[in-house]
Amino acid sequence: MSRIGVFVCHCGENIGRTVDCAAVAQACGELPGVVHSIDYKYMCSDPGQALVKQAVAEHKLDGVVVAACSPHMHEKTFRKTVANAGINRFLCEMANVREHCSWIHEDREEATQKAIDLTRFIVEKIKHNVPLEPIKIPVTRRALVIGGGIAGIQAALDIADGGCEVVLVEKEPSIGGHMSQLSETFPTLDCSQCILTPRMVEVYQHPRIKLMAYAEVDKVEGYIGNFTVTVRQKARGVNASLCNGCGECQKVCPNKKIASEFDAGLGKRPAIYVPFPQAVPNIPVIDRANCALYKGRARNAKKDACKKCEEVCGRKAIDFDQQDTFLTEKVGAIVVATGYQLYNIKKEQDKEAISGYGEYGYGTIPDVIDGLQFERLASASGPTGGKILRPSDGKEPKTVVFLQCIGSRDPAKGIDYCSKICCMYIAKHTMLYHHKVHGGQAIVFFMDIRAGGKGYDEFTRRAIEENDALYVRGRVSKMYRDGDVIKVLGFDTLSGEPMHIDADMVVLATAMRPQPGIESLAQKLSVSYDRFGFINEAHPKLRPVETNTAGVYVAGACQAPRDIPDAVAMASATASKILGLFSASELEREPLVAQVDQGTCAGCFHCVRVCPYGAVEHFEVKDRKGNLIKTVAQVNKGVCQGCGTCQANCPSKSVELQGFTDQQIFAAINAF
Amino acid sequence: MKIGYFPGCSLDFSAKEFDTSLQAVATSAGMELEEIKDWACCGATSGHATNHLLSIALPARTLALAEEQELERVVAPCAACYSRLATARHEMAEDKKLFSKVTGILKRDFTNSVQVMNIAELLRDNLPAIKEKVTHPLKDLKVACYYGCLLVRPPKVTGFDDTEDPSSMEEVCRAAGATPVKWNKRLDCCGGGFSLSRTGSVIRLGKEILEDAQAAGAQAVVVACPMCHSNLDLRQKAIAEQTAKPLEMPILFITQLVGLAMGISEQILGLNRHFVSAQPIIAKATVKALPAAREEA
Amino acid sequence: MEKETASGESENTSASAHHGHAEESFRSEVRQAIGLNPAKCYQCGKCSAGCPMASEMTLMPHEMIRLVQLDRRDRLMQDESMWLCLTCETCTARCPNGFDPARMLDGLREMSLRAHGENAPRRIQAFHSSFLDQIRSHGRVFEFGLVFAYKMRSGALFDDVLNAPGMYFRGKLKLTPHTIDGVDDVRRIFDACMAEEER
Repeated sequence: MSRIGVFVCHCGENIGRTVDCAAVAQACGELPGVVHSIDYKYMCSDPGQALVKQAVAEHKLDGVVVAACSPHMHEKTFRKTVANAGINRFLCEMANVREHCSWIHEDREEATQKAIDLTRFIVEKIKHNVPLEPIKIPVTRRALVIGGGIAGIQAALDIADGGCEVVLVEKEPSIGGHMSQLSETFPTLDCSQCILTPRMVEVYQHPRIKLMAYAEVDKVEGYIGNFTVTVRQKARGVNASLCNGCGECQKVCPNKKIASEFDAGLGKRPAIYVPFPQAVPNIPVIDRANCALYKGRARNAKKDACKKCEEVCGRKAIDFDQQDTFLTEKVGAIVVATGYQLYNIKKEQDKEAISGYGEYGYGTIPDVIDGLQFERLASASGPTGGKILRPSDGKEPKTVVFLQCIGSRDPAKGIDYCSKICCMYIAKHTMLYHHKVHGGQAIVFFMDIRAGGKGYDEFTRRAIEENDALYVRGRVSKMYRDGDVIKVLGFDTLSGEPMHIDADMVVLATAMRPQPGIESLAQKLSVSYDRFGFINEAHPKLRPVETNTAGVYVAGACQAPRDIPDAVAMASATASKILGLFSASELEREPLVAQVDQGTCAGCFHCVRVCPYGAVEHFEVKDRKGNLIKTVAQVNKGVCQGCGTCQANCPSKSVELQGFTDQQIFAAINAF
Repeated sequence: MKIGYFPGCSLDFSAKEFDTSLQAVATSAGMELEEIKDWACCGATSGHATNHLLSIALPARTLALAEEQELERVVAPCAACYSRLATARHEMAEDKKLFSKVTGILKRDFTNSVQVMNIAELLRDNLPAIKEKVTHPLKDLKVACYYGCLLVRPPKVTGFDDTEDPSSMEEVCRAAGATPVKWNKRLDCCGGGFSLSRTGSVIRLGKEILEDAQAAGAQAVVVACPMCHSNLDLRQKAIAEQTAKPLEMPILFITQLVGLAMGISEQILGLNRHFVSAQPIIAKATVKALPAAREEA
Repeated sequence: MEKETASGESENTSASAHHGHAEESFRSEVRQAIGLNPAKCYQCGKCSAGCPMASEMTLMPHEMIRLVQLDRRDRLMQDESMWLCLTCETCTARCPNGFDPARMLDGLREMSLRAHGENAPRRIQAFHSSFLDQIRSHGRVFEFGLVFAYKMRSGALFDDVLNAPGMYFRGKLKLTPHTIDGVDDVRRIFDACMAEEER
């Protein structure tokens, strides 16, 4: 390569202030192989790009170096420009003289010299660039959605309505998620189930949605456009194709004393159950840990203890011997929408970094409940029929204290972040309480009221101004039971007054945390997560629903604390991304991937072990007769993210990252 | 193994019974205590409230002496002394600059390697040996275990038990045959060093504590700190003048309670030195356990 | 006393104008001296909610920290509340943001003494001085001497005299002090720490 053009950008004053761009252009013009070198105020502007295009044609350039900002910013721009001018876009490179130079230096002379050096390195590198062609990958136009809460439901419906097939996997017996447990929703107070259940039914009836409830993702292989997913269908003990959901089995089950998950432990359910009346699918599950028959079988009892459900089932749908089954699904994209769990204040925690609240009795004080439990108390379908009655003795609490930021914003307990939804749902709780308990007093301890959202602040003001909620600014130091009441020792920092309250019930707005098991799912999907377990988005602003693994998207509260509108918006965004991906039968990828020289590869497979994306496979080299000569490494171009780990680790130097070959890098280094 | 013993100024005199009872219990349970020779005061509240460096350097001298005696662990029965020793150790371990400043002042070879223990920790860690020596289990005796502040706070310095829900004193009392009651004020402050300088506050705080112990059905309050003892025992008469119900709550050092259960004489345990008579409690311990009952204990 | 009046006046006139350059501010001085970042306190008030002395304080623990954040040295150093802290560590144990209010108040008291502040209640100040004098003289605290010296300093001559015979007869008051062998060692530590403080 010998006809290189150098284009030095001033970026207005950004580079020009500390770097003498004209001097850089002049110095680079004298480099061997450079035939054209100029500077310009804004190289990324239309006239700037025109200069590049014009130069390519006029000087018959076969390499273009733009000394400007970070390639993260404008590499795409200039590569498109040179492609339009008729040369391969991978013959264009950028030298970063802004972030790496002008922004971080003050001395003009030294910065100018550094800019010349940086540009020279790239000039030397580009001499070894070769034209590369984009990789084309076939796409399976079918999506997997993990999690059947509101986010998963929305994503599934939007993708399916867009014309593509969806497999929706939900680990619980029914879809609906936490939203199905809520009484009313802020800030409009519309009934949660009334707006959710039509969506659930729509999922069930949709011709392009395959619903797999009571199932979990077991294994994920493949890459964008071509995933193979193994799903474990957990054994319900009920044959779904025979069951008509009549509910007789639940009526006869003798063990009806099991704490209902749906009622957040406040209600009871039998051992064979559907979580709630509007469950989708409306097919019961046998809770084997609590069913007398299974408990007996686990003890090797000679006779089954109870078969009442089987006896009463007219459809012969009960199948005690049903086993878990594994199904394989081919999909082109995956949405993670696994939602949240609530932090609990107990002494035992699932993570070492997180601790409970000893000062609040570690969750042992009766009538101290969490926000979801209050939702169940307030819900007409709940264990009290919508009456606010405290769990210990069923009395109507006349003073209810609500504590915000429990766990949240409490680094000492291991959770630094704001859970975002609590301010709003506590305001809603005070309203519901005010409507339901005549003369009751709601007292809210808060640190800040975070009500950013359409109609949100108005809503919290309504709770305070019209619904008599007393908002006290401060955290509570201690809570303990004293006879019939809970002593709450707090402080109002606004008045400087201690607030010692005898509460009948306390509601804790506990932090939102990702679902248990999120880390192992994330590892199966090769997506990263933060120290709290929330799935990381690819870019916090510009790629909010993509993950660092191509083809895997994220929606709802598994990414960060989210309210319903946020979760739904994210879900629709993932659907839009996926429908875009599915709009063509093939997908193009940047060719900046690793390539193995199978001639020199010794087959040590160190690259297989170090690859963070599982992109390196074994490949058998055979002779014409089909005899195995040797087994070598081969990079799956669909999966490779071009990180270069294999290249750095290969003992025989048999892996090269396209666009960043050893030859290119050494040329740049040697130019120093 | 030998355990270094830092009695502290109170045990040297006004709380002598804490010292004698601890020595007697330790001997009985086979713990070998070796007093740190020529120890000095830890500085107490007056030290750390007025000069931070002094509050670290004074305990550091004692810890250095312990190192010179080749002791690996030191027990400081007074909760305040324990807190000062443990805090000094913790801060010097966390802050290398502070550590070198202190070693410069001490002019001694000092590596800050001595572990600091409090009395509840020491007894809890020797429960099997103690249980073996219990001959007079304090059956039917309801006690309120009072931790106060410095045994369990701050967690980063103490850390031997749960800060908000500790159990070690209860375990020790159970081993002595007594029944710990559940009560709410066991971690509240008694007024500490304000006994002389702000007696009103001490009486206010002591009243809340003793009333709560009384309401929980306790027949005695068990403490592990001479300041707590003094504030609840010496000041109890003044406190009782303000309570609605009559108040006559014996305050026992935890070592006295264990000593009673071991059948150690009340003279050695110094039970006659209290302002509120411990006689009802002593009476409980006069019945020697039958061999069968001992098994149960 | 003149000095105190003058600072009192300046407090009134410049109440809202204390925010100077960050590096010269009171809050940065506190941070330097105590090694804690006052900005770490997010004013939730949990310390004040659990403070056993809050009902006797005119400034609550979180308010004292707030005054540091606002560079209101005068307001803070005229108030006795910091001296009412018992260092029970409840605030520090429960602080959600990992701040250490008890240590901060210790440090503020030290700063107040160093500036010859007069906000300490006479009795508390008398107690601390008497206590430290005891250690300096004997290496240990000789309780009878402590009580005697405290009474002379504080003027609380007749408080507790009724308890004294009781203490004596229970063997709780020793009339003669014991001085440790290494008392010179202790005095040297005192001098070094005082000198370090002056710097």
